[in-house]
Amino acid sequence: MPALVSCAVRDSELISGGLVDEGLARRLKALACTAPLHDLDARKAKLDWADATVYQMAEIALHTIDLVTIAMDFDTGADHDDVVRRLQPFIAAQAPRRSAEEHLRVARWVLDNLINVGTTDRGFRRVYGTVDADGSYQRRAFDFKLLVELAAPDGEVYLRASDEAINVLVGALDTDVESAQIAAEVKLENLISRGRLADAKLAAEQARYRTVQYGETLRAKLDATRRDVRAVDWDREMPELLDAALTHIEARFRAENAILRNITAARDEAEDVDHKRRAAELVDIVGDCIKRHTQLQARLQAAGAVFRAEQDRQQFSGPPQRATVDLFGQILMPALELPIADAVAPLESYFHACTGLALPTVPALPSLVSLLLRPAPERDKLVGEIPEPELVPPESLDQYSDEQWRRADELLDLPEVPRRLSGVLAEARELDPELPGLVALRALHSYSPEVGAAVRQGDGAALLAVDDGTPLQDVEFGGADLLLSTARLVREESDDDEEGAA
Amino acid sequence: MTRPVTTGDAENAARLISFGMRPKHLPSRDVVYADLVRRYGEDSAFKQLTNSVAAGFGLMVLDVSHQAGAVLAATDESVFEVKMDSYARQSKIRERRDTEKVLHGLVHLAAAALGYPRPDDLANDTYIGRVSVDQVDGVVREACRILDERAAKAEANNDPLSDSPELEQAWRAYARRPEAAATKDGRLASDTTRGMVSRALRFLADQGFLVQVSGEQGGTYRTTPRYQVQVRELAADSAFAELLELGVVAVGDGEGTLRPSISDTL
Repeated sequence: MPALVSCAVRDSELISGGLVDEGLARRLKALACTAPLHDLDARKAKLDWADATVYQMAEIALHTIDLVTIAMDFDTGADHDDVVRRLQPFIAAQAPRRSAEEHLRVARWVLDNLINVGTTDRGFRRVYGTVDADGSYQRRAFDFKLLVELAAPDGEVYLRASDEAINVLVGALDTDVESAQIAAEVKLENLISRGRLADAKLAAEQARYRTVQYGETLRAKLDATRRDVRAVDWDREMPELLDAALTHIEARFRAENAILRNITAARDEAEDVDHKRRAAELVDIVGDCIKRHTQLQARLQAAGAVFRAEQDRQQFSGPPQRATVDLFGQILMPALELPIADAVAPLESYFHACTGLALPTVPALPSLVSLLLRPAPERDKLVGEIPEPELVPPESLDQYSDEQWRRADELLDLPEVPRRLSGVLAEARELDPELPGLVALRALHSYSPEVGAAVRQGDGAALLAVDDGTPLQDVEFGGADLLLSTARLVREESDDDEEGAA
Repeated sequence: MTRPVTTGDAENAARLISFGMRPKHLPSRDVVYADLVRRYGEDSAFKQLTNSVAAGFGLMVLDVSHQAGAVLAATDESVFEVKMDSYARQSKIRERRDTEKVLHGLVHLAAAALGYPRPDDLANDTYIGRVSVDQVDGVVREACRILDERAAKAEANNDPLSDSPELEQAWRAYARRPEAAATKDGRLASDTTRGMVSRALRFLADQGFLVQVSGEQGGTYRTTPRYQVQVRELAADSAFAELLELGVVAVGDGEGTLRPSISDTL
């Protein structure tokens, strides 16, 4: 059947060639980055400590990322408490009548959720699908973070915004940093000369984010240099890189100083209050940009000294005196590249071999005495293990077995003539001593039958119980001797009306 | 000429081994220990006796020297073995348990790789390396970053498959784990990579493999000759053999590769 075959071929071509391409995966990833923000708004109604629906959580989250990004510089990022404090006025503006305590709590909640505190990896994971070369669909995981916690040299933990977060914040920023920077500067200059300060402020802010991102890129390069001098070609490559960076900074300095002069003049000459305020904000932003360039420049100048110091630290060595293994290249790197399931065995055998002996402790009276007399040890620097809850499916709580339910069903199937509860109970007791309990419960439940629910579930019949005043005579149960009957539910095409046939 | 083994010899052999079980006890500070070490080197019958006594305990004598003393290693299933299962966090889910094991293993491996960056450093008996918490974490993260860039350059999409987490590459698990995390009382959380590194280095220091020099960079340590022997004579080889079996390792020259192998990925 040639027609069918060609059709199948076209299908697979459509999937692998036209419909699903790399751009789709990229867009899905970009979409995934925004999901944690939407999630905040979706979950705010469920918070039990406050009625948080008045807060615009996604807005607060974007503002948080904003604050962290702006506070980022070379060495450190934003302090948790600082961020929370700066967030508070913004949150307070959304719900001025709520208490400051609640605002604080909202700020902490948003911050914690952006870090995703509570998961081991403190990140987010979204699953997306790709189609591989032979046309089969595969689910892949995309891991990303919005705010990352890092340790400063002094041991404090601080926050930085991830690349993904900066992309979410400024929009599709997946572009060449350098050219984007130039474009933003040109745009800014244009807007200022035409007096459109509101737009200019936006452009200036974007320019600042780009500056931060540019600084991030350079920081990674310098870090790598400092970590290992041999990694970088200091003969040609590195001086060229530093030169290029310095030239770039020089150009930016010139451009931004010119812009600064322009808007300072605009600020001073402006008569309109709003105009004046916007211009003043712009001055601040551009001033901040210049400050960042100064920092970058200082780093670049120190890079040479870092290289020399690292070179001094390095020893020169001859060929190995005996055959040994290159730990980094021959063990660590291959191990990092292995899938986790394969990496366990080599790493475990390394661990066993490198950790030495575990000496079994032998209890002895003298050591016990000194152990008891020892002053309490100082607190460990590390927090103890945090147990991670592992959820096991709950044990079955069914009191009655399936068989008992089936028998009760049979007993309570009374389509024609209603029966007294006492009769049904007596019959049930003959079958199984536990069965009357179930029958009684079901009879009681059907005293006010939820006919609507039964109709929605598509049941064919519902049990009805009517109390006609007769008291129940039974050894186990008391109350009214209910009249039981099964009502058949008839569904009509037009409406979901039900009809009892007792 | 062989002379019969006396009970005194057996006692001395056992004593040498018991000295080896105290990793911070060194021959240079103990005349009896130094004497036994010298005898182990000179008297082959005593050497054999000591090795046999050790073997009976489920121990292996890796080296006996004046710098390191008697360096012992536990054989499989020995009572002296350090169990990875008790070191790494317990978890009932197998994938997660494996991930923890792999991360701890990587951290220990990186500590050794940083202590002895070139093959020559591992071979040179007089070499003393320095490691710090910052550097160990930094070296692994840098390696992860290079692998990430290499993965990004590759044409094929190699994001991990969501329904088979055990096939995820080890570096992704390490890169995803946060470096540090703030806790309520301002201490370092133990399941972050810096927490793991600082735990590993303190553990190695307790075992007499490292000596703390200062608290800078999250804790700075120097290596001891004992560590060098342990890594060189046993640990590196056993991991290397496993990797060779998996066919993922190349035999290199004496240059050492503690450097990003592609310089243009910076």
